[in-house]
Amino acid sequence: MKASLQRLTERAETEGLLNVAYANVDSPFGSLLLASTPRGLVRVNLPAYDPEETLEELAAKVSPRVLEAPAKLDEVRRELDLYFEGKLTEFDLPIDWQLTRGFRGKVQRAINRIPYGQTRTYMDMARSAGNERAVRAAGTACGSNPIPIVVPCHRVLRSGGGLGGYGGGLPMKEALLKLEGVL
Amino acid sequence: MTPLPPFQKLLDDHATDVMGVLRGAVGRSDADDCFQETFLAALRAYPKLEDTRNLRGWLLTIAHRKAIDHHRANGRRPLPIDVIEVETREPQFEGDGIWPLVDSLPPKQRAAVALRYACDLPHAEIAAALGCSPEAARRSLHEGIKRLRKELA
Repeated sequence: MKASLQRLTERAETEGLLNVAYANVDSPFGSLLLASTPRGLVRVNLPAYDPEETLEELAAKVSPRVLEAPAKLDEVRRELDLYFEGKLTEFDLPIDWQLTRGFRGKVQRAINRIPYGQTRTYMDMARSAGNERAVRAAGTACGSNPIPIVVPCHRVLRSGGGLGGYGGGLPMKEALLKLEGVL
Repeated sequence: MTPLPPFQKLLDDHATDVMGVLRGAVGRSDADDCFQETFLAALRAYPKLEDTRNLRGWLLTIAHRKAIDHHRANGRRPLPIDVIEVETREPQFEGDGIWPLVDSLPPKQRAAVALRYACDLPHAEIAAALGCSPEAARRSLHEGIKRLRKELA
């Protein structure tokens, strides 16, 4: 049965029927769900959130042709493992931005340019996205980042030094900043 | 309209049953090909599927069409009994319930029972699939059921 399913996934990909590939992978914070499209990494689900709901969200927003295909996420997993070991400071992965639009999309792309080991404020992000008064909206954009860790929203802090929020929980944000030598 | 579940869920929930039905209908050695055809056809059609209430029934319908296609492609002739008789030494169905018993039936009876009760085919279509007359299909089915009753008694 396993061989049949693997053959099916391969044939689906060849015929262009594998629109969303996903894998559950271990991390120091618990299980991450990674999802990619033929264009690139589209979603990282943190352990704090229900992976089933995320798969349903992908089926609704990207395509219902969602298949578990761990081999398609091998490179993402490899780079994440190195990152968690402190051996990788810049992800080199194609990103599919289709789950981000408008102002939020601009903020999330700006987040993606914050270098390893550095931090910015929500106000910086609002300014980078072209509207420095939209600080609250920039905060929301950080909170709705579909590709956390790889798109490093944990590097965005409150003006004045407060940690701000994190979808994966503040302890995780703190741990990531410690890993990068910021805290 | 209920949103479509991620396709993987259909595989997780129904792949084993679809495979079991196909093993019964076309034999173990050809079941995988029919399985691939079934799920690729399902994947192709899936985004436009409107009625999501009976996904299992939808998949089994596709599976039975693929089983019929398979039998027709083999030349509208009766099941290659000699081949299947060798195959039936291997269990076609796995798990509990009635299906392991169905395995022990002679090939034609087994196929008739699987097509009737797992694929829900009418007698005329079972006959078409097995390349025999409707009467012969009915007889195979009847003999199969009779034997199963005896085994269960």
